[in-house]
Amino acid sequence: MAQVLMKDLNKKYDEVHAVKDVNLHIRDKEFIVLVGPSGCGKTTTLRMLAGLEEITAGEIHIGDRLVNDLPPKDRDIAMVFQNYALYPHMTVYDNMAFGLKMRKFPRAEIEQRVRDAAQLLGIQELLKRKPRQLSGGQRQRVAVGRAIVRHPQVFLFDEPLSNLDAKLRVQMRVELKKLHNRLETTAVYVTHDQVEAMTLGDRVVVMKDGWIQQVGEPLELYAHPVNKFVAGFIGSPAMNFADVTINDTGGVVTAESQGLRLQVPPAKAGALRAYKGQSVAFGVRPEDVHIATGADPAGLTFDAVVEVVEPLGSEILLDVRAGSSTTTIVARVEPTVRSKVKDSIKLAVNPERLHFFDPKTEQAI
Amino acid sequence: MKKPIAGGSARVEVLAPPRTARRGGAGAWLENERLLAAMLLTPTVLLLGLFIAYPFVMGVWLALSNTSVGNVGEFVGLRNFYKAWNDSIFRTAFWNTTWYTAWATVFKLTLGMWLALLLNRSFRGKRIVRASMLLPFIVPTVLSTFAWRWMFDPTFSVLNWLLYRGGFITTKLPFLSDGAYGMWCAIAVNTWRGMPFFAITLLAGLQTINPDLHEAASLDGANGWHRFWNVTWPLLKPVTLVVVVFSIIQTFSDFQLIYVLTGGGPANSTHLIATYAYQVGVATGLLGEGAAISLFMLPVLFVVVWLQLRYLRRLEA
Repeated sequence: MAQVLMKDLNKKYDEVHAVKDVNLHIRDKEFIVLVGPSGCGKTTTLRMLAGLEEITAGEIHIGDRLVNDLPPKDRDIAMVFQNYALYPHMTVYDNMAFGLKMRKFPRAEIEQRVRDAAQLLGIQELLKRKPRQLSGGQRQRVAVGRAIVRHPQVFLFDEPLSNLDAKLRVQMRVELKKLHNRLETTAVYVTHDQVEAMTLGDRVVVMKDGWIQQVGEPLELYAHPVNKFVAGFIGSPAMNFADVTINDTGGVVTAESQGLRLQVPPAKAGALRAYKGQSVAFGVRPEDVHIATGADPAGLTFDAVVEVVEPLGSEILLDVRAGSSTTTIVARVEPTVRSKVKDSIKLAVNPERLHFFDPKTEQAI
Repeated sequence: MKKPIAGGSARVEVLAPPRTARRGGAGAWLENERLLAAMLLTPTVLLLGLFIAYPFVMGVWLALSNTSVGNVGEFVGLRNFYKAWNDSIFRTAFWNTTWYTAWATVFKLTLGMWLALLLNRSFRGKRIVRASMLLPFIVPTVLSTFAWRWMFDPTFSVLNWLLYRGGFITTKLPFLSDGAYGMWCAIAVNTWRGMPFFAITLLAGLQTINPDLHEAASLDGANGWHRFWNVTWPLLKPVTLVVVVFSIIQTFSDFQLIYVLTGGGPANSTHLIATYAYQVGVATGLLGEGAAISLFMLPVLFVVVWLQLRYLRRLEA
C-alpha cells in the first residue's frame, strides 16, 4: 500500500508527444481511473508507472521511492493486461504462482496465497486447467488472481474488461470494486469507457491528447466539467451542445440560437455578460431537459419537433429538433411520456444545470 | 401477362438442349468428385512415384543384390548389410555421421536461437540484416564449400594467416589434412550453412509470442534468463522440435559438403554414410553394397523422427 506521485511526467516518441506534463497525486488505497479516447496517453502513463515504458522527462514516486530507473520487477506493482497475458503453457495455479516463485517465496506460502486468492475469486476448481480451457471471464479472474497473490503496493489495470461481453463486463466491474474495498490496495485503472470510469473510480482522471483535462470525483466531473471535452466525454447519452449568442436586454441575459431563446439564470449571468454579442457553446444534459409544465417559467422553455423516439424501458430518449433550427437535442423523459415522431412539444431546461463554454478555449464559463 | 412468360420459357427451351449436352461431356466428368479427385492427384502420384518411390524401391532391391557396374546382379539376401556392418570404414563413417549430426545440430540450435533472439529486437536496418542472414543458406553448398576449402588450405589459408599474424599460433594448422581437425572443420561449415535456417524459423516462432507475456513476466519478477527459460523456450518448443527434426534429417544424410571439403579423407577419417555409400557404390561400382550402406540411414532417421513427432504430439495435446 502506497501513494503514487507523478511530477511533470512526459513521454515523447520520435514524432509523437504522447504524455504532456502530467502531475498526479494518487493517494494511498485510492482507486483512480485514467479515462480518455484512444491515443490520449492514458495507457502510456500507466506503462511508465509499470516500468514498461521509459520516462522521457519527469518523476514517478511509488511510496517514498523514486522509481524512474527501477526495472518493473523492483517496483512492487502488479498489472492486469487487456488480453490477460496468461502464460499459455502453465496451469492456472502456475500462472498465479509464477511471480511468487520468481521472488523465491517458500513453497508452503505460495500454495497458501494462491489458494486464498483462488477462493476470493471463486476459481478454486480451475487451478489445474490451462488458460485455453477457460472462458473469457475465468481468464480475467486468473489474471486478477495473479496480480493479487503478490500483495503489491499498487495494482495496475490496463483496460481489463474490454475483451468481455457487455453483461460479464458489468458483473466483473462490480467484483473489482468489491475486491478493492476488501484489499484496500492503491489501484490505477485505465479505460476508454466512461461508465467504467465513473462506477469504479474514487477519482477519475480525464485525459486528451496527452494532457490531463480534469481530475475529480465522478459526480464532480459530471456536474462541473471544466471544459467542453470533459462535458461531452462524461455521461451517456452525451451532453447536448448548441452554439448560442449571448444577449443582454435590460439586465436580462439570454442565450439564443435559431428556435432557442433561454434566459440565463442569475448565477451564470454575471460571467456571461462579458460575452455579450458573441457566440458561446451551450450545453445541457439530456436528463436536464423535460416536457414543460405550467410551473416552468417561459424563459426556460422552447418548442421542438420529435424526430426519433428511443424507448429504453426505464426512460425514453427523445431526439428533437429545436424550433426551426437544425440543432438536435436529446431529452431523457419519463417512460410515461407518449410522444410520437413529428409531434410538436414544449420542452424546458433545468436552470441550475446549464453549461456554457468559451468558444475559443472551450473552458467552462 | 401470359405472353411474356410463355415467350420466356420458349427461349429457355431453345437454349436448354446445348447446355445439357455440354453437361453430358467434360462438364459431367468434372462434376463427379471421385473422378475429379483422381484427375487432380494423378500428376502428383506420377511425379512422386517416378522420383521417390521408384528410386527407393530400386535402392532396396540393389541393396539386396550383388549388382555392380556392367553386371545385372542377383538376389543375395542381407549379405551386403552384413558386409557393411563388418567393414571398419563403414563403422567409422557411421560413427562420424552421428558425431557430425549431433554437434552440428547442437551448434546450429544454440547459435540459431541466439541469433533469432538478437534479431527479434528492434534496431535500425533490421530488415536488411534479417534478409542478408539467409545468404549462407541460399548460396549453393558446393560453391560456399569450395570457398571454405580455400580458407582451410594448408598453405594459403586465410585462417592460418590471421591466427599466425595475430600471434595465436606458431605453426600453421593442418585444417583438412588431419582427421581430427577435418571433422571439426566440416561441423563448422555445416553450422555456418545451417544456422540461418534455424535463426529464421525460430525468429518466426518468436514473433508469434505475445510481447505482453514478457511484460507480465518482467512484472512478475523474472529476469532475462528466467523470461527465456519460463516463457520463450516453452512456447518455442514445438517450432524448435520441427526445425531440429528437419536439421537432423538433412545433416545425417549430408553429402555435398564432405564430398567437396575433404572427399572423406584424410584416410577415410571424415567419411559420412552418404559419402562412403557414394564411394563404394558409384566410384568403385559396387552398386549393391553402396545401396546397402546408404540404407543404414533409414532406421536411424525413422526412430529420430518417430520419437520427436511423438513428443511434439504430446506437447500439443
